[in-house]
Amino acid sequence: MSTDTPDAPSDDAPSDDPPSRAELAARVNELEDALDEATSADGTKKMSIIATKGTLDMAYPPLILASTAAAFGYEVTVFHTFWGLDILHEERSKNLKLSSVGNPNMPVPNAVAALPGMDRVTTKMMEKKIADNDTATIEELIETSLDMGVEFQACQMTIDLMDYDEADFYDGVTTGVGAATALQDMADADIQLLV
Amino acid sequence: MNAEFDIAETLDVKGASCPMPVVKTKSATDDLDAGDVLEVLATDSGSMSDIDGWAAGTEGVELVDQEEGDDVYKHYVRKTE
Repeated sequence: MSTDTPDAPSDDAPSDDPPSRAELAARVNELEDALDEATSADGTKKMSIIATKGTLDMAYPPLILASTAAAFGYEVTVFHTFWGLDILHEERSKNLKLSSVGNPNMPVPNAVAALPGMDRVTTKMMEKKIADNDTATIEELIETSLDMGVEFQACQMTIDLMDYDEADFYDGVTTGVGAATALQDMADADIQLLV
Repeated sequence: MNAEFDIAETLDVKGASCPMPVVKTKSATDDLDAGDVLEVLATDSGSMSDIDGWAAGTEGVELVDQEEGDDVYKHYVRKTE
């Protein structure tokens, strides 16, 4: 009952003649171009990070990964939203706090951690550890990342929500971007992370 | 020292911790000519694995040698293109 016998000419074949060598070569070129376009056009790898947290401990992972990926030759975008904006805020980034409440690894019980001034104490402890260990500061990591071509984006909606000004951010930070920009970056990226 | 290659530049990142040894190594290799070897001196014990991984995953550089000294980790990276 089968009608698709191999020698029956199909409807979409323009002629009975087999394609010429030149036609085949042209088709191969066409397919190779399409493949180049489908796989990353220029071969550059991309990473997209969404940074949503603004505590001292949570500011590090996106910056360390961004600067390291840039060292690997990745094109890196970090989209900062909500408290993540504080990482890009020139003044606030130098005063990020460590929360002593809700972290079971902190050496103080929650009941004590909740006392006034405790966040300041635990933040000072952490800052001392960072200095003693020669760990880079947040500011150093941002400057280094910017030098290496990392694109830092500050979400416009949350800039307005937090009542920040575009001038509050480090030079080189991109403003005036939203979720669609972040989504586009994520769709194009080889690595996507939400921190 | 190893006689198989000449050292064009030395980068001292002693004291610096992750991610700075890798990041500064990358910046230093940018300034080299193809074929040049960069010597990196680090105290970060993670640099043995990190610089190895970075060189393997990055175009245009290769890890020539690594030495684990008493306090200092030495890395030799060649710029290949």
